[in-house]
Amino acid sequence: MKRIIVLIASAIFLMSFAYPDANEILDKVDKNMSSKNRVFVSEMIIHGRRTIRTITSISYSVGDKQSFTEYLSPAREQGTKMLKLENQLWIYSPSTDRTIQISGHMLRQSVMGSDLSYEDMMDDRKLTEIYSAKITGNETIDGRNTYVLELIAKVDNATYHSQKIWVDTERFVPLKQEMFAKSGQLLKRTTLTDVKQVQGRWFPMSIVYKDVLKDGKGTEFRMTSVKFDQNIPDYIFTKAALKQ
Amino acid sequence: MIKFIFKGIIRDKSRSLLPVIVVALGVFLTVFMSGFLRGVFNDMTELNAKFTTGHVKILTRAYAENENQVPNDLALMDVKELISQLCIDYPDMEWVERIHTGGLLDVPDESGETREQGQAIGTAVDMLSPGTHELERMNIQKSLVKGSLPAKQGEALISDDFAERFGVTIGDDVTLFGSTMNGSMMFKTFVVSGTIRFGSTVLDRGAIFMDIRDAQMALDMDNAASEILGYFKSGTYDDLKAQQVQKSFNAKYSLEDDEFSPQMTRLVEQEGLGDYLTLAESMSSIMVFIFVIAMSIVLWNTGLLGGLRRYSEFGVRLALGEEKNHIYKTTIYEAILIGIIGSVIGTALGLGAAFYLQTHGWDISALLKNIGMMLPSVYRAKVTPDLFYIGFFPGVIATVLGSALAGFAIYKRKTAQLFHELEV
Repeated sequence: MKRIIVLIASAIFLMSFAYPDANEILDKVDKNMSSKNRVFVSEMIIHGRRTIRTITSISYSVGDKQSFTEYLSPAREQGTKMLKLENQLWIYSPSTDRTIQISGHMLRQSVMGSDLSYEDMMDDRKLTEIYSAKITGNETIDGRNTYVLELIAKVDNATYHSQKIWVDTERFVPLKQEMFAKSGQLLKRTTLTDVKQVQGRWFPMSIVYKDVLKDGKGTEFRMTSVKFDQNIPDYIFTKAALKQ
Repeated sequence: MIKFIFKGIIRDKSRSLLPVIVVALGVFLTVFMSGFLRGVFNDMTELNAKFTTGHVKILTRAYAENENQVPNDLALMDVKELISQLCIDYPDMEWVERIHTGGLLDVPDESGETREQGQAIGTAVDMLSPGTHELERMNIQKSLVKGSLPAKQGEALISDDFAERFGVTIGDDVTLFGSTMNGSMMFKTFVVSGTIRFGSTVLDRGAIFMDIRDAQMALDMDNAASEILGYFKSGTYDDLKAQQVQKSFNAKYSLEDDEFSPQMTRLVEQEGLGDYLTLAESMSSIMVFIFVIAMSIVLWNTGLLGGLRRYSEFGVRLALGEEKNHIYKTTIYEAILIGIIGSVIGTALGLGAAFYLQTHGWDISALLKNIGMMLPSVYRAKVTPDLFYIGFFPGVIATVLGSALAGFAIYKRKTAQLFHELEV
């Protein structure tokens, strides 16, 4: 009997060491995905029900508080700029020479008809700042071993109440994410691929966003250039820069 | 005989006054309430038809599935060609294109940055084409509170509530921010030419009305529209005709395997209006039924009271050898005459009141301040031919039924006791 108890206790003890700490994993993910600042040029391919559109843009961001995006093409979007400072968002339209602040329910609207909302684009906070994590298992995605983490929001203003995230066990990059509402309803799913090493960190160069409540094939976000820790002039993150 | 009974009714007012008043009141209520309810239901249906449903509506199949989300990316294309063909195929109908959109209505400060903003529901109708009926149909001219109707492209009307709340005056710029048909960001700045109030909270909360060409340009919807609405040129909805139009249109244009093919729906198939119209139809019948039952009970009691009062009269008539059946028959004839007199008076009064309310209406806008439903702010009765007889027959039937029930007491009188009773 004693032997059985010892065996069970040992098994439980060993199992607790089978997975690393979930918050440590999340911290490693943040180290890959977040940076002091970054500049990236991207293509957003939006698969609508009638058309497929490709929108290119250049984005500058510092931490999770400041970001500036300028749309480069197509002609309809060229010159449109978005500025995020703390939790405020402004959009500049060159055709009307107007700067409009986006707030309230509009933040939940789709950006350019994509599967991303303004809230999605604004929320650059580290996962460790927003969520508490626990490991729920292991899975393989496209031949890569992953930890499956369940994240529950620990702050009130999280865009999603909970997430399920599949993290590459070697590179500590998420390969898949599912975002849920408080009710447990699945809202969005992202698939992250083409993971490359950029300036010493692993980074996914392609992300497919799928708003599961919306028809269509989702939105593909492809990085054509990513640079971390650049010298970004301060004036970029001012409202005056929107009109330049 | 009839002359004799009529004289009796006229000369003995205590025999006829109360039943005539009761019947007249009942018939008045039936006629007036039927006319009023019909008018109210008609106003509500027409309001919906004018603003949202049309007498028939054409949408793409995909748009129809998510209509409440205003998915302009699934809107109708090649609308000019379609409307031209519709005008040829169905010449007794008028066809109009409309665009609905949602977003933010932004009021700029001097530097072009957001001063105030609120959610907006944008509606684009043909405001500027010569001979357009849209302004009249949507009662826009009469709903104008300040300023004037848009005279050229780039001008728009906004809700007076919005203008008051955000300090927007005539001639100010406002920018509508939303999404184009392709999903791009839509910024369109309008000059406010006037403010409007429809008296419906849904429409007045944050509405902006613009010309359809402005909306088509701003939303990348050239030759496209959210919907095409069809109205019978007669001005009234005819479900039988609408069914014929719908059947032939859908057979010609609607393809099950093409989610962007146009599909026609009738007014009664939209927004629960079918149930609503059925309810309107049954309402008059329900009222008449209730009236007949209630009036019969009241008149039965009146007849019983009359019977008691005329106890001696019936006794004398029986003692003189008049047949019980004959006495019963004369009370029924009396009831018919009283019913006719009461029904004529009640119908005349009911029609008069309904006609007054049809002409002048009942303004309830003060009661609708916090109501979210789209309701008309002025209710009018509707005088229809059936109102001339709808209360008449129930009025006569109820009187006869009441007297017939009360008259059974005649048969309970025992001839042997009559003289003893009459001595008393």
